[in-house]
This record gives sequence, structure tokens and C-alpha cells, in this order.
Amino acid sequence: MSSFNFVLLTIVGTGVVTWLSRILPFVILKKFKLSPGVVQFLSFVPIAIMSALWFENLFIQHIGHLPSIDWGNLLASIPSIISAVIWKNLLVIVIVGVISLGCLRLFFGM
Amino acid sequence: MNNELNVPSAAKETLPTVFGYIGIGVAFGIVGKAAGLSPLLVTLMSIITYAGSAQFVIVSMLVTHSPMLSIVLSVFLVNSRMILMSTTLAPYFKKESLLKNVLVGTLLTDESFALGMNKLNYTDNRLNFSWFNTANIIAYATWIISSLVGAVLGNFISNPEKFGLDFALIAMFIGLLYLQLISDKSINFNLQLIVVGFVLVAIYLGLIFIPSSLLILLVTLVACTFGVVMKHVFF
Repeated sequence: MSSFNFVLLTIVGTGVVTWLSRILPFVILKKFKLSPGVVQFLSFVPIAIMSALWFENLFIQHIGHLPSIDWGNLLASIPSIISAVIWKNLLVIVIVGVISLGCLRLFFGM
Repeated sequence: MNNELNVPSAAKETLPTVFGYIGIGVAFGIVGKAAGLSPLLVTLMSIITYAGSAQFVIVSMLVTHSPMLSIVLSVFLVNSRMILMSTTLAPYFKKESLLKNVLVGTLLTDESFALGMNKLNYTDNRLNFSWFNTANIIAYATWIISSLVGAVLGNFISNPEKFGLDFALIAMFIGLLYLQLISDKSINFNLQLIVVGFVLVAIYLGLIFIPSSLLILLVTLVACTFGVVMKHVFF
């Protein structure tokens, strides 16, 4: 592992770029108003980001080839979706999901 | 969820996501420790960078001795989706002071963003500082403490994946996506499903040639454009 100072500087550097990505839109939009077209575009951001973050975890990347399926994450997603439909409760969904993947790994080595 | 925008309702509504932060935070601490970072550096990264999945990227790049500039650039790319989330969120805080806007942005995460977007469906499209800031601070504190605990536990556990804890985050996105789909009345339900289906195809095809650090951002941008076009043509 790299030296303490190198890691610390890396942490500060990554912290600054992440912080700017988080706050600059707030600072800029305090002064300016978004056009209706942009607002409509942004209305799709929540579902697009959430589904992208989910789907990315269902596959394993092999640059230049079709991705393969991450069976553990895919199969554990099914009880998570079912519990979402039945209970509509985030806590239940998370617990069901974690237990499902834990069981898949324990019994099937996924 | 209810229509109140105060500290108690925020605390109650953030509780389910806390388990996600604990799962991933502890896993991060263990992974960081296993890679050779001290518990102090693991905790500092959670305090200063505070970037969930990107922190795993940092650790893996430190292990392979990548140059600092390429680590910073990768983290920027992974987190550039934050720009989209902040831009989506900012209009709801226009009436609050600049300082409060910066505070909300500083501690914004994927989960608090998704939670806030869900909340809008119950509050007549309103958000405020005290609700959002409470959700943010609970998440921040949980993340820091869990990664510290993980780094200390790392002396005893080497393989956190065995327990399925890494799925907490994915389950959370599934839950938040489902809750968003059934409660967001501003976009036609079928159109939302079509956009989700589009994202699935785009991720699958994108994985062939787009580095994963860029993939989420690119797919989100293309899917939003697709959504706007579909809305104008068919809905």
C-alpha cells in the first residue's frame, strides 16, 4: 500500500471533485432558472439512475464481449422485487435481499 | 411515508436506508483494511471523500499503485451523476439560503436523493432543509461509524461478501425504484416502465465497450433523452 501522505492527498483530491459535483448545481441554480425542457429531462433522472445502478450489478463486464450474468445478484433480486410488491417497505426489502444472497452463497456458492 | 417535513419524520423515513449504509460501510471498512489502509485512513476517506461505491474504486486503484490524477479522474467520472442529482434537487431548495443549499448538496447521496424524490409524492411536491438535512446527517454518521467498525473488524473477517451484505445497496435501489414507480404520478406509469426497460438494454449493451466508471452517467443521460422523446411522440 502507498504511503500515508499519498493516500491522504488522494482522499482530499477525490473529496474536492466529489464535493464540487454535489454543490455547484445548487450554487448555480440559486441564480438561474432551468428551462421547462431541462426540467422535463431531469424528471426522468430518478428512475433512470436507480434502475441503472441496479442493472449494472446484474452483469459482469468483459470489455469487447457481451457481459455475463451475475447469477447471485440476479436471483437475489427476485425475492427483493416480490417483497417490494407485497410490503412496499424499504427495510423489509433490504433484509429479504441480504438474506436471499447470503443463502444463495451459503448453499450454492454463488 | 407521510406529508410532514420535519426532523422526526425524516429520522423515521431514513431508518430503512441506514441498514444499507451499515452493510456497505462495514464491507468497505473490511475491504480497506484488507488492502492495507489503517482504520484512520479508512475513516478519513469516509469523512472527506464520502462517496460510497467510488471509495471501493479508490481502494482498488491504490492497491494497483495508480497515479493520483487517474484516481481523482475516475472518482469524478463515477460521481459525475451527482451533478445530475443536484441539478434535479436544487429547484426545491431555491427559497432556502445559499448556505443551506450548499449543506444539502455537500452530504447528498444516491439514497438520500432517491428518498427525497419519493417524499415529493407525499408532500405535494415540496421538500425543505430540516427534512433533507436530517436524512443526510443520519446517513453520513452511519457511513462513518460503519466504515470504522468494518476497518476494526477487518482484523478478524477477511471475506465480507460471504454474508450477502453487499446486496443491501442493490436491494435498496430495487426498493426505491419500485416505490418511485408506484407513487410518481407526474410521469405516465407505462412510460416509466419503458424507460426502465430501455435502461436495462442500454446497460447490457454499454457494458461491452464503455468503462463502468462512465456507464451509469452515460446511460442515465441517454435514457432521460429517450424518455423525453417517447413522451412527446407517444404519450
